[in-house]
Amino acid sequence: MSEHSASSYKLGELKPALSRNEALAEANRCLFCYDAPCTRACPTHIDVPKFIKKIASENLKGSAKTILEANILGASCARVCPTEVLCEGACVLNDLHDKPIKIGRLQRYATDPFVMEGTQLFQAGEATGKKVAIVGGGPAGLACAHELTLLGHEAVVFEAQARLGGLNTYGIADYKLDIETSLKEVDWVQSIGFSVRTNTRIGQDVSMSELLADYDAVFIGVGLGSIPTLGMPGEDLAGYEDALVFIDTLKHQSIDQVSLKGQRVAVIGGGNTAIDAVSQSASLGAEKVYMVYRRGREDMGAYDHEIDLALSKGTVEIVYMAQPTEILGEGGKVTGLKCVRHRLKAADASGKSGIEVIEDSDFVLPVDRVFRATGQAKYRDFFAGVDGLEVDRSGRVVVDGNGKTSIDKLWASGDCANGGKEVVNAVAEGKAAAQHIHQALEAKTHG
Amino acid sequence: MADLKVNIAGIESPNPFWLASAPPANTGDQVMRAFDAGWGGAVWKTLGEPIVNTWSRYGALDLNGQKMMGLNNIELITDRPLEVNFREIAEVKKRYPKHAVIVSLMVEAKREAWHEIVKRAIDAGADGLELNFGCPHGMSERGMGSAVGQVPDYTCQITEWAKEASTIPVLVKLTPNITDVRFAARAAKRGGADGVSLINTINSITSVDLDTFAPRPTVSGYSSHGGYCGPAVKPIALNMVSEIARDPETAGIPISGIGGISNWRDAVEFFLLGATTVQVCTAVMHYGFRIVEDMIDGLNNYLDEKGLANVHELCGKSVGHIRDWKNLDLNYVVRANIDQNKCIGCGLCYTACNDGAHQAIGAKPADNGRTEVWVIEEACVGCNLCSLVCPVEQCISMQQIPVDAEPCSWEQYSSGKGKLAPRPQDNH
Ligand SMILES: Cc1cc2nc3c(=O)[nH]c(=O)nc-3n(C[C@H](O)[C@H](O)[C@H](O)COP(=O)(O)OP(=O)(O)OC[C@H]3O[C@@H](n4cnc5c(N)ncnc54)[C@H](O)[C@@H]3O)c2cc1C
Ligand SMILES: Cc1cc2nc3c(=O)[nH]c(=O)nc-3n(C[C@H](O)[C@H](O)[C@H](O)COP(=O)(O)O)c2cc1C
Ligand code: SF4
Repeated sequence: MSEHSASSYKLGELKPALSRNEALAEANRCLFCYDAPCTRACPTHIDVPKFIKKIASENLKGSAKTILEANILGASCARVCPTEVLCEGACVLNDLHDKPIKIGRLQRYATDPFVMEGTQLFQAGEATGKKVAIVGGGPAGLACAHELTLLGHEAVVFEAQARLGGLNTYGIADYKLDIETSLKEVDWVQSIGFSVRTNTRIGQDVSMSELLADYDAVFIGVGLGSIPTLGMPGEDLAGYEDALVFIDTLKHQSIDQVSLKGQRVAVIGGGNTAIDAVSQSASLGAEKVYMVYRRGREDMGAYDHEIDLALSKGTVEIVYMAQPTEILGEGGKVTGLKCVRHRLKAADASGKSGIEVIEDSDFVLPVDRVFRATGQAKYRDFFAGVDGLEVDRSGRVVVDGNGKTSIDKLWASGDCANGGKEVVNAVAEGKAAAQHIHQALEAKTHG
Repeated sequence: MADLKVNIAGIESPNPFWLASAPPANTGDQVMRAFDAGWGGAVWKTLGEPIVNTWSRYGALDLNGQKMMGLNNIELITDRPLEVNFREIAEVKKRYPKHAVIVSLMVEAKREAWHEIVKRAIDAGADGLELNFGCPHGMSERGMGSAVGQVPDYTCQITEWAKEASTIPVLVKLTPNITDVRFAARAAKRGGADGVSLINTINSITSVDLDTFAPRPTVSGYSSHGGYCGPAVKPIALNMVSEIARDPETAGIPISGIGGISNWRDAVEFFLLGATTVQVCTAVMHYGFRIVEDMIDGLNNYLDEKGLANVHELCGKSVGHIRDWKNLDLNYVVRANIDQNKCIGCGLCYTACNDGAHQAIGAKPADNGRTEVWVIEEACVGCNLCSLVCPVEQCISMQQIPVDAEPCSWEQYSSGKGKLAPRPQDNH
C-alpha cells in the first residue's frame, strides 16, 4: 500500500510499507509454526501465523480482522512495537536463516488498507444500557473503550489533550509513527461509536467522584506525566527542556523550525525516551549528541536495537558513569553541561552494585541544548484525590491481573499501573480490563 | 455472509472442504478433530482387505527453498482392521450427524466382495461412497486401484456392482495416469456413478540419491514408483476437472476436485472449473487441519465481494471460458510493455526472450551499473515469457494492441473464412 507511505515523516520512516510483491514473498517464508512462539511473545497474542497465511492467500480482510480482533491498535503497533524483543525476537527462523519474518511490516501491510482507509470491520454490540467512563484517551483507554463498545456498553472517553491517542499522538518518535497516522487510526477506532470529550482533564474540569457517581464503572488510563526537573543549578536556562516536549514539538512542527544544524546536544538518561531523543537530535542535524548516563551500558533501559540505531548516526557518543551537576549558560542560554564521574561500589545484598561519585572528576560537555529524559512522573496528586485508591511506593496504581483497583467500580491499566511499558502492553491491559468490567456489569445485572 | 453449504450428488455438507482419502482421514480421532477445526466432510482412508505397508513411504520435491511442492507416496490403503474402521465411522457419524462422511472403498474385482463392503459401509452410517480406482502403486499390481481406472470397461463394471448394492450416492475417484480422462469419466457415468472425484496421485519418482543410486523413498536400497500429489499437480488436476465439465457426455456430473489444493484460492479455481466440493491431502499433511479456517474465511469474503450467495453460484463459471484451440482468436494481439520506473535492471527478460523466445528484447549496460532493457516491438510475438520471468510485480505487462482486422480463428482461417492480421514473422 505504497500510498500510505507518502505521509509526512520528517526524518524518513524506520520501517516503510511493504509492496505486494515483498509482502507475498515474506508471507510465504513463514513456516506456520505449531503453537507459534511469536504469538506467545505478543502481549496481545495476535495469531501471527494465521494472519500471515491469510496474507499469503490474499485474504487481506481476514488477515486484518485476525490482527485487529486481538489488538485494536494493530496498525500503530505494527510500527512502534519493539518487535526485535517481542514477536520477531521469538521467531524460530532466527536460528535457521538469521533473519526472522518481518512480522511488524506484514502486520502493517494487512491493517493499513482498512485502518488507514477508514473501513470499519467491527460493530458495536447490542446496547446493555450500562455506561463506563474512560479517563485518558491513550492506547489503554482506546483499547478499553473499543472493547466495551463491542460488548454493548456505552463508553465515554475523557481526554485532557485536544487530540486522542496519548503518546501515540504526542510522544512516539516521528520516524516510527507520525501524527497523521496516529490520528487516522484514532478516528478509525472511534468510528465504532463511542463518545469522546477532549480538552477535559479529570480532577480539574470534572471530578473523579462525579464520574464514580454517574457511571456504572470507571477506567483510568492516564499514563505518566512530564519529566520532572532534576534540582540542579541552571535549569531555568533557555535550551534546557523535557525530552518529551522536544519530541512532541518535532512531531508538530516543520523540519526547519526544529532543525539542530550546527548545534551540540546532551540528553540525560539511559532509557528508551532518552535514546529516542538522541536519535532524533542526530537526525535533525546536530553536530554532536552526548547521551549522559549514570551507570554502564548493561544497566541501560534502552533496547540494544535502538542504541545501535542511534550509534549508527556517527555523531552520537554515550557518556557512561556520569552525573550532571549543573547546566552552564551565558546570556540566559545553555552553553554546557557540567558532570561528575561515577564509579562502581561493591555489590549490595540485592547483588546490584552501587555507584559513587569520584571526587574532583568534574568535566564539562560543551553543548547548546540539554534534554532531560530521566523518567516520567506519576500522577500522584490525581490518584491521591481518589478516596481509598491504593498506589504503590513508586506511584503506580495498584491493580490485580484484570486491572481492578482497590476501590469499587474502578479499574486502571496502561503506563499508570504498569509503570511505563509499551503501547502493546497498554492495549492488552486496557482490553483485559474492559472484559473484566463487562463481567462485573453482567454479574450485577444477573446476580 | 454467503452460504457455504453444498449438496453434491445428494451428499450434504456444511461446507465444500473435505479431507481427501489419505492419512489425515485415517482414524476417527483425526476426522473428529478435523471437523472441530472446520472441515465440512472427510473421505475416509480407503478401506479394503487389510494390507501391510513398507516403513519408509514418502518422498518430496522441494523447490527453491519451499518444502514439499510435490509429495510422493508408496503407501497402500488402510492397514487397520475393517471392524475398527467401521466402528469409528459409526462413532463419527453419531457425534457429527451434519458432517459428510464418505467412505472410500477398494476390494478385488469380484461382485460379491464389492456388494459386501458397500453394505458394511452403509451400515456404518456413511453418507456416500467413493470407489478408489486410482491408487497407482502397489494395489495396481494386485489388479486394483488404477489397474481398474485405466480400463474404462472395468471402471464401468465395478461401478455397476457398487451401485447394485448401494442406497447412498456413489462417487468414482479417477486416476490421472491415463491418456484421456474423459473416457474414464464416461465409463463411470455409464456404470451409474452419481459423481466423480479427481485426481488421485500421478506415477512418479521424486528424486534419486546421487551417492547410493537409490530413488526415494528408499526401502532398504530400493524404491518403487509412487503417487505424486501436492501443489505441483494442481494444473494437471484443474485441466482434468475442466475436461469432464466440458465433455457433452459428462457435463453436469457432480465433481469433487482434488489435487494440490492448499488454500481458498486454489479451491475457488476448482469450483470455477466445475467442482462442487474439494478434497485436500498434502496441505493438511504439511500444515494440519487448521488451514481450513482461512479456506472458509477466504471463500466467504470472496463470495461476499463477488455478490454471490453460495458456492453453487460459483460452480462452472469458467467452463464457458475454455474452448478448443482451433476456436481461439488469432487476431488478438498483445505485446510486452516494460515499465521503466519499476524495472530493477536484472536483465532476466532479455535472457529469456533472447535465448528462449523471439529475440524481441534489447539490452545494454546502464549508467547505474544495471542493465537497461526495452521491447523491440516489431519482433514481439506477445508470448508472455518476459512477464513471467520478471521478478517485479506489474513491471512487464502484456498490452492489447488494436489491429485493423476482424477476429479470426484457425477454424475460420483454414476454411477460408477469415483474414489474419500481420504478424512479426512477416517482417523477416
Ligand atoms: C518518548 C517515548 C517513546 C516511546 N516509544 C515507544 C515505542 O517506540 N514503542 C512502544 O510500544 N511504546 C513506546 N513508548 C511507550 C508508550 O508510548 C506507552 O507505553 C503507551 O502510550 C501507554 O499508553 P497509556 O494509554 O497507558 O498512556 P498514554 O499514552 O500516556 O495516554 C494517557 C492519556 O491520558 C491523558 N490524561 C492524563 N491525565 C488525564 C486526566 N486527568 N484526565 C483526562 N485525560 C488524562 C493523557 O493526555 C493521554 O492522552 C514510548 C514512550 C515515550 C515516553
Ligand atoms: C500418503 C498418501 C496416501 C494416500 N492414500 C490414498 C488412499 O488410500 N485412497 C485414495 O483414494 N487416495 C489416496 N491418496 C491420494 C489423495 O487422496 C489425493 O487424491 C492426492 O493426494 C491429491 O491431493 P493433494 O494434492 O491434496 O495431496 C493418498 C495420498 C497420499 C499423499
Ligand atoms: S511423521 Fe510421525 S510417523 Fe512419520 S516418521 Fe515422523 S514421527 Fe514417525
